[in-house]
Amino acid sequence: MGFSHVDDIQDASGEGRERRCDRGTRGFDVSAIESAGRARVARALRDHEAEIAENWINLQVEQDVLVAGIGEGELRGEADQLVASLRGALADEELPTARLASEHAELRRTLAELSLRRARGGATPAAISLAVLALKDVVLEILRRSTRDATELFEAAVVLNRVLDAGGILAFDQYVATREEIISRQSRQLMELSTPVVRLWRHVLAVPLIGTLDTSRTQVVMESLLQSIKDDEAQVAIIDITGVAAVDTSVAHHLMQTVAAVRLMGADCVISGIRPPIAQTIAQLGVDLSAILTRATLADALAAALRITGDAPLPAGVGGGS
Amino acid sequence: MATMPDEPSVRLASRQAPPFAGPPGPVTSRSEHPVRVEEDLMEARHAVRAAALAVDLGLVDQTRVVTAASELVRNAYIHGGGGVLVIEQLSRKGGRGIRLTVSDDGPGIPDLDAALDDGFSTGAGLGHGLGGARRLMHEFDVECPPGGGTTVRVTRWAPG
Ligand SMILES: Nc1ncnc2c1ncn2[C@@H]1O[C@H](COP(=O)(O)OP(=O)(O)OP(=O)(O)O)[C@@H](O)[C@H]1O
Ligand SMILES: [Mg+2]
Repeated sequence: MGFSHVDDIQDASGEGRERRCDRGTRGFDVSAIESAGRARVARALRDHEAEIAENWINLQVEQDVLVAGIGEGELRGEADQLVASLRGALADEELPTARLASEHAELRRTLAELSLRRARGGATPAAISLAVLALKDVVLEILRRSTRDATELFEAAVVLNRVLDAGGILAFDQYVATREEIISRQSRQLMELSTPVVRLWRHVLAVPLIGTLDTSRTQVVMESLLQSIKDDEAQVAIIDITGVAAVDTSVAHHLMQTVAAVRLMGADCVISGIRPPIAQTIAQLGVDLSAILTRATLADALAAALRITGDAPLPAGVGGGS
Repeated sequence: MATMPDEPSVRLASRQAPPFAGPPGPVTSRSEHPVRVEEDLMEARHAVRAAALAVDLGLVDQTRVVTAASELVRNAYIHGGGGVLVIEQLSRKGGRGIRLTVSDDGPGIPDLDAALDDGFSTGAGLGHGLGGARRLMHEFDVECPPGGGTTVRVTRWAPG
């Protein structure tokens, strides 16, 4: 692109884009540059609204930062919206330029929506930021047509950099936040899925645990188990840990607490599926599970449970055939 | 718990001790894992399991090492405010082994003897983690330099 002079001007200021608004300590009257520049950029946005929107779209096409799936009309609406809210934000004299993107409500919302829309369409976060940053070049090019005055262009460039750099970052952040929200929702769902409480027999519940028991998952297990005991009027709850990779003191502690809570509800608890390596490790850790009823297999645990409920005294190994 | 199959050699560095001496054998592989958020604990366990497998530890030994790692990174996370785990695969004449070094910049452990006692916990835990990790591994060192922080280094060798 033919706009590298924007960066040259920035470098000439000696401090780049990180320069704070604090009272122009380096010989610049920052606020004067800002207000002159803001007025100039706002005027361009007003007088050339349609052209800027259109050029912006074209530049995005050229830079290949657009994704398929966003319709022509939608793109145009987005562009008009961004140009309008940018102009509105620049007119808000309460806010310093660098904070407009994050604190001017309408501009912020416009950028967030843009980011969301494009993220859903599959755009990368870099492409979303670049799209926002492309607007700088477009506006500056328009301004260059009306003036050749270096100071005026510099003032406008400073303002554009301040507001749209922050805007690009905001769009990026929004993307990350959206993704994180999706990921954490999925992991919550997975957590609940992976801890199903099943009714094994009349008055007997079982919960097979798999993978790693971290604090939050153990919490979910405990809560759903206690709730099911209440709903099913269960007398015995079997916790099967065949699928658990390792039992450390924290997991053991959680198991003990769960057993204690089950007992407080008037039910009994059996832990099954303690595999030999885990039994050895627990013993070496020095954690005493002798107060807890344990069985080698789920089938043995069910047999023990049925003896407790007094239901059909079946021979041990009942589960073997099923 | 009458017999302990592997009596660990315990060298407890004093609080003023110099940094750890050099490695007891060539390190064939080394990886670093942050312990900052709870998910890191799981990542750490997985990485330790893979390394234990890589040095041919049996299933029981793998479980021991993973469990010890779990205790140490959890301590660094809970008591030390986060830290880092270094996993090293070792090779010496007698066989291969795995060394874990867990360090944090937390407050350190003021009374190491007490902390190693089963049942001692300044938190809500069972208080078996540190002593348990020591019993699960062949070598066990703790260092708490005067400036703060805790480094625990444990090693387990494959039999044969
Ligand atoms: N990295 C550390 N930094 C500071 N203090 C520690 C650290 N590791 C252990 N401690 C201290 O040593 C005590 C004993 O540790 P230990 O792991 O045995 O028990 P715990 O963590 O309290 O409970 P748990 O049995 O669940 O592990 C802790 O309560 C804590 O006071
Ligand atoms: Mg602990």
